[in-house]
Amino acid sequence: MGFPALAGDLLHGFVSTVEIVALSFVGALLVGTLIAVCRISPVLPLRAFGWLYVEAFRAVPLLVLLVLCVFGLPWIGLTLSPFASVVLGIALYAGAIVCETLRSGVRGVPLGQVEAARALGFTFGQSLRHVVLPQAFRVMVQPFGNVFIGVVLGTSLCAAVGAQELTYATKVLDIQGANPLVTFGLAAVLYIAVTLGSGYVFGRIERRVRFQR
Amino acid sequence: MRGVEPVLFDRPGPRGRRRIAVATVVAALALAGLAALAVRQFAVNGQLAADKWQPFTQWPILRFLLMGLVYSLLVTLLCAVIAMPAGAVLALGRLSPRAYVRWPAAVFVELFRSLPTLLLIFVFLLGLPAMGTSVPTFWCLVVPICLTGSATIAEVFRAGVLALERGQTEAASAIGLRYWQTMRLIVLPQVIRPLLPLLLVQLINLLKDSTLGYVVTYAELLYSGKSLAEFVHAPIQTYLVVAALYMIVNWLITRLAHRVERRQGRVPRFRMRRVAGTVPAAAE
Repeated sequence: MGFPALAGDLLHGFVSTVEIVALSFVGALLVGTLIAVCRISPVLPLRAFGWLYVEAFRAVPLLVLLVLCVFGLPWIGLTLSPFASVVLGIALYAGAIVCETLRSGVRGVPLGQVEAARALGFTFGQSLRHVVLPQAFRVMVQPFGNVFIGVVLGTSLCAAVGAQELTYATKVLDIQGANPLVTFGLAAVLYIAVTLGSGYVFGRIERRVRFQR
Repeated sequence: MRGVEPVLFDRPGPRGRRRIAVATVVAALALAGLAALAVRQFAVNGQLAADKWQPFTQWPILRFLLMGLVYSLLVTLLCAVIAMPAGAVLALGRLSPRAYVRWPAAVFVELFRSLPTLLLIFVFLLGLPAMGTSVPTFWCLVVPICLTGSATIAEVFRAGVLALERGQTEAASAIGLRYWQTMRLIVLPQVIRPLLPLLLVQLINLLKDSTLGYVVTYAELLYSGKSLAEFVHAPIQTYLVVAALYMIVNWLITRLAHRVERRQGRVPRFRMRRVAGTVPAAAE
């Protein structure tokens, strides 16, 4: 197999990886925000649900979850494509982590800030919007960067359950007898480019929004 | 509830309490409805049938799964024994004043933090045989986990060392200790204790990584689950039981970490540095 065909296959896998990352990260943000809202709500059943969700999905290994989504769900009549199953699995898994990141970010805001906002007569929504969240988001940039990198590396597990992406493409090429130095080298370069690149971007954002003291 | 949450709310008045009561009932009904839907989905597809679940009440089958768990824990512990000291050495190397120590350590950590463990496993599983060497299955699993794990753990140690007061290392150099002496005698002993909860969380990450035995066909818990699922023709039930076992073990480790953290209540500065709360290097 010539180098162009090989690189084409790997790029094809890489595009799938990017798609899975994009969809599941956005999904995780939605799920995580929803669960975080549940966890701080005054409604007991929702709070209990949020707690249970986070405890369960933080404790289960991602690969087990993916295996359940891909090989388990069809047995209860939910037949999804492998792509949709892994996006679902990663979004559910990372959602629990997003929820905890949000919560610890909000908790990192000094209590005096909230008390001051409340003393000024801000309502719940106002103090959250004008005082708490702007400060919380600044310290959350780096943790969210870590979650993102985690999702990128997590997508490689899709190769274990037969969903098309970069690691899977590498594995297929190797079974077909391509030069392992080339395939693994290229795949590694792509992963490093994404993780270091996103680390750089999140670092830039963090420096941009950081408080100048 | 701790933190800012209680301060944010007004104490609900009579109307607020009524609303909360209504919302409680509605939420309870909605959640019950969801649960009922899930159970119905199982029932309609015949997955609640007794013969699908009955195997998990039999000791030989449970013992098979528990043996898988034992092997999982064995892999995890072996990886911890290798990766944790390696991580500490890498972190100290990365902070070393000598460039020829600092740079290789930094490159190693950044490289293996950026690569998925599964890709490394394929290097060992497919790449090495293609180049004429091969490694026993067990090490195809352990070595990649140790490579990525030690890089992640190195960052935990580095954060801990950087969080230590500068005065400690300054005092050490004032009395004439060299870099590695300072680290070994002054820094590490002080850093390990507050880092213990975070290292326990890393243990969870290593356990999660050990599920990759599924790929290398090493008989840890997930791979045992796969074999069992084929044997008893009950995949979703088996994987649910497997997931529950992982949850129990990880939950126990988390409880232990919390307990250790509480016992060290006087060193709260590591609380916010829960780098490890992020997704683990590979499973993450």
